[in-house]
Amino acid sequence: MTHSAREHPWALQFVNVSKWVVGEQGRRCVLDRLNGRVATGTLLTLVGPSGAGKSTLLSLCNLLQTPDDGEVWVLGREVRDWPVSQLRRKVGLVWQQPVMLPGTVADNLALAARLHHEPPADGAALLCRVGLPADLLHRPAHELSGGQMQRVALARTLANQPDILLLDEVTSALDREAADVIEKLIVEWVNSEHKTAVWVTHDTEQARRVGHETWLIAEGRAVEQAPTAQFFTAPQTVWGQRWVLAGQSQGERNA
Amino acid sequence: MWSLAWTLAFVFLAMALSGWQRLGLSRELVVAAVRACVQLFLIGYLLKVVFHLNNLWLTAAMVTLMVCVAADNASRRGQGVAGRFWRVFVAVSATEVCTQGFLLAARVIPPKPSYVIPISGMIIGNAMVAAGLFLHRLRHEAAARRGEILVLLSLGASPKQAARTVVKAATKASMIPTIDSSKTIGLVQLPGMMTGQIIAGADPVQAVRYQVLIVFAILASAAVTTVVLGFLTYSRLFNAYQQPLL
Ligand SMILES: Nc1ncnc2c1ncn2[C@@H]1O[C@H](COP(=O)(O)OP(=O)(O)O)[C@@H](O)[C@H]1O
Ligand SMILES: [Mg+2]
Repeated sequence: MTHSAREHPWALQFVNVSKWVVGEQGRRCVLDRLNGRVATGTLLTLVGPSGAGKSTLLSLCNLLQTPDDGEVWVLGREVRDWPVSQLRRKVGLVWQQPVMLPGTVADNLALAARLHHEPPADGAALLCRVGLPADLLHRPAHELSGGQMQRVALARTLANQPDILLLDEVTSALDREAADVIEKLIVEWVNSEHKTAVWVTHDTEQARRVGHETWLIAEGRAVEQAPTAQFFTAPQTVWGQRWVLAGQSQGERNA
Repeated sequence: MWSLAWTLAFVFLAMALSGWQRLGLSRELVVAAVRACVQLFLIGYLLKVVFHLNNLWLTAAMVTLMVCVAADNASRRGQGVAGRFWRVFVAVSATEVCTQGFLLAARVIPPKPSYVIPISGMIIGNAMVAAGLFLHRLRHEAAARRGEILVLLSLGASPKQAARTVVKAATKASMIPTIDSSKTIGLVQLPGMMTGQIIAGADPVQAVRYQVLIVFAILASAAVTTVVLGFLTYSRLFNAYQQPLL
């Protein structure tokens, strides 16, 4: 049952992945034979218009949703062949909308340990890693601000010691300074521990700052896949060129 | 018998009021009155026969029929939970076997159909209400706490762990009416069974003894039903890939 400690070269592989959703206008194809793979030790940033299917793609990686067609491989094993709980421990997912469980911040941080009958991680140290003061520990989690919740949710997932992190716009409620702390933390976590992260972000500059590799999701596919530097300097496809141009003009407006 | 016919005056009174206030309920009232009469008399004669025969199998068959009707009724409340008839059936049966079995084993009541059937009726009826409430609350709680369930699943929780708070909340909510009604029993209204016994000439204190027994039995039955149902249904909230269904 236990997965060998030997590292698999590909943390994630998507093979002709398709996903339909049933919406108001009937059945709609969200992902259409998407292909791609992510090497272990990579920080992949995902960009694309909203509604393109980025969040859906993340939820396929920890099997919160099942692909309708194609395969998703995690560390050399297809998601549906994994023991589900084990897969979800290895692949941590942090949502854009953080949900706190009833109880204090400390209760939330101890959740993973409680579920797996392990001694709880050091809550104060976890808070410190995401840039929050330790005196939040005994506050009811529901009383936190949106930005604080986002960071507690990230710390709660880190406490589970995943090998792969899926981050869905986790700095959307943070100011620039707080976002910097998170960016440094994730970059450091990936680089020093040779972990893998897939980071969905609306912030083009952020995608550029933190990524090793960047994919543009559109029309249900990863239309441009390139090392991050190349993605932003020399996009190969029309889609990529348009996205980067739009991002530049947005950056100039913000400047 | 003829004295009973006079009570039809109540039905006429209700119909007259309905006609006067133009409630449009006259037809419904007639149907309800006729149904109540026919059903109760049928049950009365049936019970007379069953009590007279005093046959174990016949008694068991009656109780089983009661459980089936109760399970069918309660399972209508849980749309979206697959295979709920059988689950409710098992939970209500377990409740009946536990509580009735205990009453018989401890010789609290004699093993006669005239005791077993009415007391079963009360236990099963109460279990039915608790089971219906449980299924209703389970759906409601699962939908309201979907976000929490997703967080738990994403951290690698088993379906049982992920469903725990939802099942707990539903269990609590479905036991509260039974507990509340036990608290005020006898203060606002005399329970039906006690009233009946007193009118039939029983000593009120003797009637109270049986009523206390019933109160304890239905408290236990609400607890057993909801806990068993909780164990049987939590896995139905998820599919084979441990994804939430509701
Ligand atoms: N549960 C759902 N039911 C119906 N439609 C959904 C559901 N989840 C996502 N969708 C649709 O799927 C598409 C992709 O959504 P999503 O993956 O959240 O996009 P993104 O994260 O790129 O903004 C959207 O058009 C959205 O409306
Ligand atoms: Mg999204």
